[in-house]
Amino acid sequence: MSRRTARASLRVNPIACQAHGLCIELLPELVRADPWGYPLIRQGPVPEELLPLARRAVAACPTLALLLARDD
Amino acid sequence: MSVAGARAAAGQALPPHRLPRLIPPEGPLALAEHLERYGPVPFSDAAAGPGRDTLISEVEQSGLTGRGGAGFPAGRKMRAVAQAGRRAGPLRSQVGTVVIANGAESEPGSTKDRMLLARAPHLVLDGIALAAEAVGATRAYLCLHETSDGVDRILSSAISSRERAGLNRLPIQVVMIGGGYVASQETSLVSFINGGAGKPAFVPPRPSDKGAHGRPTLVQNVETLAHLALIARYGPSWFRKVGGGAGSALVTFGGAVHRPGVYEIALGTPLSDLLRQAGGPTEAPQAIQAGGYFGGWIRYQDALDVPVSDPGLRAAGASLGPGILVLVPASACGLAETARVVGYLAEQSAGQCGPCFNGLPALADALWELAYGRADRDTLGWATRLLSLIARRGACHLPDGTAALAASTLRVFADELGRHTAAGPCNRVRRPGVLPVPGHPDVRA
Repeated sequence: MSRRTARASLRVNPIACQAHGLCIELLPELVRADPWGYPLIRQGPVPEELLPLARRAVAACPTLALLLARDD
Repeated sequence: MSVAGARAAAGQALPPHRLPRLIPPEGPLALAEHLERYGPVPFSDAAAGPGRDTLISEVEQSGLTGRGGAGFPAGRKMRAVAQAGRRAGPLRSQVGTVVIANGAESEPGSTKDRMLLARAPHLVLDGIALAAEAVGATRAYLCLHETSDGVDRILSSAISSRERAGLNRLPIQVVMIGGGYVASQETSLVSFINGGAGKPAFVPPRPSDKGAHGRPTLVQNVETLAHLALIARYGPSWFRKVGGGAGSALVTFGGAVHRPGVYEIALGTPLSDLLRQAGGPTEAPQAIQAGGYFGGWIRYQDALDVPVSDPGLRAAGASLGPGILVLVPASACGLAETARVVGYLAEQSAGQCGPCFNGLPALADALWELAYGRADRDTLGWATRLLSLIARRGACHLPDGTAALAASTLRVFADELGRHTAAGPCNRVRRPGVLPVPGHPDVRA
C-alpha cells in the first residue's frame, strides 16, 4: 500500500499520558475526555481530512503519549 | 513408523501413553530418573533430535499454546524471536537472543507452576535449553516468585546437577521477583531483568523484538516449556493425541471440592469429569469461577457439560486462563466474592496508567456498594459504564481482565443483583470468602 493511501490510527501510550488534555482540545472530532481527564480515542482509521489536525495534536502532546501509527 | 516410534527405536524412552505427562506422582525427579523416564535431551546434534528450525516447526504443528494465561501460539512466538535474532546487525553478525521462563505464577488461585517446578524441574530446564537452541539464545532466565518457598532451591540444585552432566549449554540464571499480580506479566519481567521497576511496559517494542538487554526475548510460561521438551522428544502428533489435538494442560481446582489441587487433564475434558476427580462438591454448589481473575463465572447447572478448554470455557462465558477452576458454594454471595477480588485487583495497579489507577478503584467501590452496601440502579449504571471506560486502556491487561470479570459477574448474578439493589445485602455476604485473595484474612488458597 502506498504512503498516500495508507490508513493511520491514533493510539495513546497510557503510561506516558498524564492527562494534560491538549489532544482533547485540539482534536475534539476524535478525542474526548473520560471522567478523570484522560483521552478516549474514537476507534478506527483517522479520516483523510482530519490527518493534518491529528498530526498537530500528536506534535502538541507534552509527554509524546499520542501516537499516529500506520495500520498494518 | 511414527516420529515417536522412530525416536523410541533410536534408544529413547517410550513416550508416555497416558496422563499425567508432566507431573510425576512424587518429586523432585532427580536428573537420572528424569532421563530414564523421558529419554535424553534431544539437542539438535543428538542422533534423534529434531534440529534447530525443525523444533520451531514441530511446536507450530503441535498447536501448543502458552499456558500462562494468554494462550498465544508458542511456535509463532518462537519464530518471531528467532527471526528477530537473525536480522543482521551493522557488523553482519547474528544477535544472540534471550529466553525467559516465567514461573512466577501470580494468580492467587494457581499452584500448578509451583507444583510442576517442584516435581519435574528438569522438564522445565530441558524446555529452556531446547527453546534457547531453537531461537538462538545465548542466555536464559528462570523467574520465580520470592514467595514460592523452596522451589528456588530445587531449581538451583537441578541446574547444578545438569552442569555436572554437561547439559547446560547456556547460562540459566534463577531470578526471584517480588511484587503482585502484574509483576509476572512478560514486559514486567523484562523490565525487572533490565534493572527497572518490574512494572508492565507499553508495547511496541514487544519483547520478541527488544526485550532483556535490548535483545529479542522469548518469554514462555514454565508449563509451556515443559510441553515443548516433550514435543521435541516425541513429536507434534504425539502431543496432539490427547485433548482432540489440543494436548494436555495443568489445572488448579480449588474452592468447595473434596480434593482441591493440581490436575493434568486432556483439554476438552467435561468439567463434570474433572469435578469427579476432585472428589465432588463439599456442599451445595452455586457456580464455577474459571480462568483466574481475568476470567469469568459459569452457573453450576450450566457448567457440568462444559469442556475444560479455552474455546469451551469461552463459549460458556469464562475462559481457561492459566487453568484455574474454583467451585463456589451456594452459601457464598457471588457479588461479594467478586467485590473482594476486584478490590484486590485495584490494589494491584502499578499506578502507571490513568484509566487503570482511577478506574479500578472506582469499579471496586461500585461493586462493594452493590454487594455490601445500599446500592441502587444508579450504582449499577455507573459500574456498567466503568467497564467500557477501563477496558483496553492500560499498557497491560489488568484493566481489561478486571472489566471482563466484573462484566461476567453482572451477567451471571443478575438476579442476585436485583435482590441486592431492592432489599440490600443478603446474609451470605458475611460468609468467609471462597476465592483466594492474598493478604486478606479470608484467604483459602
